Amino acid sequence: MNAKIDWAYSEKLKEHFINPRNVLEDEESYQDDGKGIVGNMKCGDEMLIVIKVDKEKGIITDCKWKTYGCASAIASTSILSEMVIGMTLEDAYNISPKDIAKELGGLPVHKVHCSVLGDKALKAAINDYYSRNGMEDKVKKEEARVVCHCMNVTDHEIEEAVLDGARSFLDIQEKTKAGTVCADCKEEIIDLLDKYKKKHFEA
Amino acid sequence: MVLRNVYMDNNATTPLHPEVKKELVKAMEVFGNPSSMHQFGQAAKVMMKEARESVASFIGSSPEEIIFTGSGSEANNTVLSILACPARQCSFSGAGKYNKVITSVIEHPCVMETVKCLSDRSIEVKYISVDKYGKIKMDELEQELKKGPALVSIMTANNEIGTIQDIKKISEIVHQYGSLFHTDAVQAVGKIPIDVNDLGVDFLTMSAHKIYGPKGIGALYIHRDTPFCPLIRGGHQEGGRRAGTENTLGIVGFGKAVQLRKEEMTAEHDRLLKYKEKLREGLKNRIEHIYFNGHPEDSLANTLNVSFPGAEGESILLYLDLEGIAVSTGSACASGSLDPSHVLLSTGIPIENAHGSIRISMGRETSEEDIDYMLDVLPGIIKKIRDMSTVSMGSVGGIK
Repeated sequence: MNAKIDWAYSEKLKEHFINPRNVLEDEESYQDDGKGIVGNMKCGDEMLIVIKVDKEKGIITDCKWKTYGCASAIASTSILSEMVIGMTLEDAYNISPKDIAKELGGLPVHKVHCSVLGDKALKAAINDYYSRNGMEDKVKKEEARVVCHCMNVTDHEIEEAVLDGARSFLDIQEKTKAGTVCADCKEEIIDLLDKYKKKHFEA
Repeated sequence: MVLRNVYMDNNATTPLHPEVKKELVKAMEVFGNPSSMHQFGQAAKVMMKEARESVASFIGSSPEEIIFTGSGSEANNTVLSILACPARQCSFSGAGKYNKVITSVIEHPCVMETVKCLSDRSIEVKYISVDKYGKIKMDELEQELKKGPALVSIMTANNEIGTIQDIKKISEIVHQYGSLFHTDAVQAVGKIPIDVNDLGVDFLTMSAHKIYGPKGIGALYIHRDTPFCPLIRGGHQEGGRRAGTENTLGIVGFGKAVQLRKEEMTAEHDRLLKYKEKLREGLKNRIEHIYFNGHPEDSLANTLNVSFPGAEGESILLYLDLEGIAVSTGSACASGSLDPSHVLLSTGIPIENAHGSIRISMGRETSEEDIDYMLDVLPGIIKKIRDMSTVSMGSVGGIK
């Protein structure tokens, strides 16, 4: 039984979980140029990402992190930190959860929404860098706004779900997992549902 | 390096007892249908009769009061679905009388989901809450009972935190108000002494695979005077109370498993209780910020549920697995569902303690070396996880 441990995860994910890269060890003395933290204890995931930036070239030269969460949360932050070192701020900003999942060799479906928060922490860190360096104009306002904080689902995703056929709160829960944990956002989701139904399906 | 294999997830399931295995191999030769009158059938019937007697005597019932089911879940479903049926045009003598269910907030999903389904079918359901140790609030129960006859279903011992209810007392109160009482004793039978006459229950559920027997076989005790109606119809098996050709192999395995429990249970209980205390003390001395869940005394000797805030449960489970130690967790991430354990949350612990919880459940194969190994390995894992966690445990670093 010990020869090969077979979890629900890919070999690459396991390897990053067992040997996480770029963990932020000394938070006090790390001189970061940008810092971002996202997550929610209710869902059981929280991530912190710090970056160092080559200001002339606009390139990320170092990335460290801390994560509270399950194996895929730890591994996805670890692999993201490797992906972004040497990358331009622009490219790094555009990394999506899908890109991270792909790099990990795939993720169980129910893990994608809740455990891949690294891209959002990274975006926050990059925006933080811009603000600190008087480049407010570059700060990208997330066009999408997080509605469900437990599952990290944005209004954009809810709109997409409506376009994809969702017509009830239950449909939204099924398609996006929004509102499936504490359901504090239920009313807001129902309002958005009405809004998008009107926007797209009523003349 | 040879990795140790330390199985500490015995509340999930147990390894087959070697003696049960031997008995099963013998029983495989007997293939007849117990309902057949010829010698092949009769051989199977005799084998089944002996097993039924063994199970019955283990809980102090008569053999006719035991029906075998496909699982503990089926036994629980049977009692809840049938008795809470509000139909009045039915030959079942309790029909229309017990059309309300009272249960607790810490039941197994097979009770929770069934009760929810009943509620969807307009049957009234009341959930009794628990205190911080997971004990039923008796005053709440009594208040509900005063309102009219109900079917009450409360588990004997909890699978996650090990808390044992005062079943005898609950049974007395339930009957005092003219209601019926069922207890899911899947985690209790074979771990603590259970006598249905002493407890005074109407129904009691048990399962073989939690006590070193085979999977796919459960049993339901039904008091001889209690009204009943089958869930699975269409056959005279089990006295017309559960149709379908009997799982003779499973039944034989169940019979052997309880027979062995009779011999091994008491000594094992004392041994595991010592291990549990050693584990509790050892972990407390080695790890900062540690919380034990469940009742400090009225608890299964084999079960220790512990929370490490700042360390998430699935990560603890998987790092332990890499060291060869198997446990389970109340964290949302590992369950496939999105919520952490409803049992732990019901006791009022903070959500991060539920996410950071593991259940250690020992068994007959657990040795003192296993406990020492756990004490060697777990503190390092908690430190590793907390060191990369965003949830700060202050300057202590999470380890003593």
